[in-house]
Amino acid sequence: MMKINKLYVALLLLAIVAPFFLYPVFLAKLLCFALFACAFNLMLGYVGLLSFGHAAFLGTGGYVTGWLMMNSGLTPELAILLGTVAAGALGAIYGKLSVKREGIYFAMVTLALSQLVFFVYLQAPFTGGEDGMQGVSRGHLFGVIDLADNINMYYFVLAIFLFGFWLIHRTIHSPFGQVLKAIRENEPRATSLGYNVNDYKWVAFTLSAALAGLAGSTKTLVFQLASLTDVHWHMSGEVVLMTLVGGVGTILGPVVGAGVIVTMQNYLSGGELGNYVHIIMGFIFVLCVLAFRSGIVGEFQKMWKRNFG
Amino acid sequence: MKMMKKTLLAASVAALASSAAMANVSDGKVKIGVLADMGGVYADICGQGCVTATQMAVEDFGGTVLGMPIEVISADDQLKPDVGSAIVRKWVENEEVDAVGGLVSSAVVGAATKVTTDAKKIALISTAASNAFTTKSCSPYNVHWTYNVAALANGTVKPMVEAGQKKWFFITADYAFGHALEGVASKVINDNGGEVVGVARAPLSTTDFSSYILQAQSSGADVVALANAGNDTVNALKAAAEFGLTQMMDVAGLLVFTPNAQAMDPKVAGGMRTTTGFYWDYDDQTREWSKRFMERHGSIPAMGHAGAYSMTMHYLKAIEAAGTDDSDAVMKKMKEMKPDDFFARNATLRADGRMVHDMYYVEIKKSDERRDSNDIFKVISVIPGDQAYAPMLPECNFK
Amino acid sequence: MATFLGINLFGLFGQLLVGLINGSFYALLSLGLAIIFGLLKIINFAQGAMYMLGAFAAWLALQYLGLNYWAALVVVPLAVGLVGVLMERFLIRPIANEDHLYSLLLTFGVALMLQGVFTHMYGSSGLSYSIPEALSGGTKLPFMYLPDYRAWIICASVVVCGLTWWMIEKTKLGAYLRAGTENPQLMQAFGINVPLIVTLTFGFGVGLAGLAGVMAAPIYSVSPDMGSNLLIVVFAIVVIGGMGSIGGAILTGLAMGVIEGLTKYFYPEASNTVIFLVMVIVLLLKPAGLFGKEA
Repeated sequence: MMKINKLYVALLLLAIVAPFFLYPVFLAKLLCFALFACAFNLMLGYVGLLSFGHAAFLGTGGYVTGWLMMNSGLTPELAILLGTVAAGALGAIYGKLSVKREGIYFAMVTLALSQLVFFVYLQAPFTGGEDGMQGVSRGHLFGVIDLADNINMYYFVLAIFLFGFWLIHRTIHSPFGQVLKAIRENEPRATSLGYNVNDYKWVAFTLSAALAGLAGSTKTLVFQLASLTDVHWHMSGEVVLMTLVGGVGTILGPVVGAGVIVTMQNYLSGGELGNYVHIIMGFIFVLCVLAFRSGIVGEFQKMWKRNFG
Repeated sequence: MKMMKKTLLAASVAALASSAAMANVSDGKVKIGVLADMGGVYADICGQGCVTATQMAVEDFGGTVLGMPIEVISADDQLKPDVGSAIVRKWVENEEVDAVGGLVSSAVVGAATKVTTDAKKIALISTAASNAFTTKSCSPYNVHWTYNVAALANGTVKPMVEAGQKKWFFITADYAFGHALEGVASKVINDNGGEVVGVARAPLSTTDFSSYILQAQSSGADVVALANAGNDTVNALKAAAEFGLTQMMDVAGLLVFTPNAQAMDPKVAGGMRTTTGFYWDYDDQTREWSKRFMERHGSIPAMGHAGAYSMTMHYLKAIEAAGTDDSDAVMKKMKEMKPDDFFARNATLRADGRMVHDMYYVEIKKSDERRDSNDIFKVISVIPGDQAYAPMLPECNFK
Repeated sequence: MATFLGINLFGLFGQLLVGLINGSFYALLSLGLAIIFGLLKIINFAQGAMYMLGAFAAWLALQYLGLNYWAALVVVPLAVGLVGVLMERFLIRPIANEDHLYSLLLTFGVALMLQGVFTHMYGSSGLSYSIPEALSGGTKLPFMYLPDYRAWIICASVVVCGLTWWMIEKTKLGAYLRAGTENPQLMQAFGINVPLIVTLTFGFGVGLAGLAGVMAAPIYSVSPDMGSNLLIVVFAIVVIGGMGSIGGAILTGLAMGVIEGLTKYFYPEASNTVIFLVMVIVLLLKPAGLFGKEA
């Protein structure tokens, strides 16, 4: 446990000095996707349900926050809070409809529901349809700190990420998280022990949706734009890939996975290799499923246990 | 000896002058980023061709300005506003890009110009059509060069309504550009006593237009207007022919680029009239440049390609005249100086950033009229710039 | 114009017919998926990519081998089926005993790769493939002009789907197939090579997608993302019909095309979404799908 804490401290220090060496907007994007993947992993890794519709929550957070920043005059932290609440509320409704299903059916229900969300955002006038919601201002944090400055923006995103990460960490290690794990391992047993399994799943789903919304809200602020890309089903697929690459059911896995994928997209898309992004992503998917189902962090943990455990 | 001294003196003065100028060019070079759709439905009308045209302008200018190298970089926006705006943000914030050129899909350009304006960098718009960049989203740093939806509507729609084709049906690309074109064209139709009987909005990159064609067919319109562009126009026309629409009604392509006209069946497209900002085979000047472009790129230039060359040239000349690459000073010079080359005829760059120049009302040639596959348009008339473009809005007057 | 209760009948019938044409493609593709899932319990997310591969193969065959449409109609499904066979043998079989979701993720990866390769080579704007000469005409119906090629698609699809259904549900071969996948040990004991049956079935399901691709080439332009847009619609259809129900997939495919056509007439914007709405409703009321057996 000591070692883990040291690792966290080292990573935190790295995150604090990083913007002086790397482009802060890129780092902020990375953190947003890391949070998104962590939120998704809460469902896949700790409840054992594959949601194929998490883009709906990312997009909802983003659109709501963007709209508030453009029209309400709220400060950014409040706009993000409301975006998160909206995504959470949507998650609560969708959770009620979907958690009774399992496996492929759960994936399909979440996919179908997120397609309905996509349709709403495509048609609703306030989102700008295919043009996206453009020119969202970043505003002043608490009315004081100017977020137009990329460094300020980055530290704000870092704070949000740390909060989200901490919340997920707390949830997993709480009694509630233990019950979730019990459900994942053996659902009938958890039921027979008297737990209302569906209620637990529903709470986890709502939390996961809210955190995905938090990631989306923050991302909109960073890029000053919300677009249909965030609600498209490809985004739901991408977050699966991030989690899978990093390691399903590990706390740091999604962060690492998001880091790998976002970095790859960033460096490939600018240059001549732009067209290779999909090929490489597809290849990683296949490779992970065939050979590294535990992902980078998972494999690393296994190695660690074998050699030092 | 004396001679020598003089030369030396002159050389050192020149060196001094250029180092003084150097100080005025940020980061020691002028960098132009070309943002375009490189592989999608608009790839042929700007894409790699816009990069080539921009590079040609840089080379023709001499490769340096104020003694500093000029660099051209490019990226693919994949027709997505989020992708395009993220690239432009990286360019202006992290890679010292001074001006962004290319700029194709109006949705992407809308997002990208928000970023350039915030960063006080110049956006040189070659191929996007929406008039928003010099009207409701106008900015002191926008330069809109080749054409816009107002010019298309005034050029193509007006003569048809005046000739008695009163009932119109629109098949519109469902995003900023299509909406803008449909809006401006509808106004022209209504103002001239016509009527819009229906609209079908198809997403960008639609491949099967059959259901939209059927909607048009049952609308009872005189003219079906295609308010889309690129391969969308090609595919829509293909479906119109397949379902026999072309025999029942007139089809008007409001925006037809030469590469797309080349891809259309002359039996279907022949005789169709449209408006363009440039045609390669117009006169000796256009042919001279187009020939050079063809040698480099392999196909004839679309209007956006010629526009990309012309605006880059004007931008570089303005930097030289201003003695700095500072955006405000360069914009001031660009608006003072009259653009004048094979592309920009009787042209001015207005204070709102709109480049107003002669437009061409053209007809797509029928099979038997064509000399070869590059012989596509027949110029019917030249539309003077002030008749084609809408007047400047007072709130967009950036002196 | 003929109208009834304020409805423009020409417009409505036209849209229904176009819906039926789309439905024909849905039926072919979802039939392939249903066979693969129903018999093999593999979730093939690469089905859309295989459809795209079929269209590209037809285009390439015409460009480089001079094979015309009719030849492509025979050769391409076999070639795409072969790709499927190789995929099953070398990629899917190693994870046959894992959770179904892994086959979904694996095939999704394959789809991304294929799409990436073709985007890299041919761009995403689409290539055009002409309608075969023999079918380039059309028939004037009372309410619309029906191009011959579209009529051909409906007929061909119904025939292929019908034959496949008959083969699986009514013949001895189909019986072996169903038995072999439901109780592999027993069939193995009878001396039937079950892994081979599995591989060939997968190849057949994928080949159907290839066939649909060839048929689509002349009317939709041949582009790398033509399959990815269709894939989730087809998946929804399989889920609505009841995963694994062969007849259900065919009927639902055609029906969803018609429902889309209706929507296109009354509320065109929603036409891409109506299938998902149906899917949500069906899953909430009858989780196993319209024609599925309750698990």
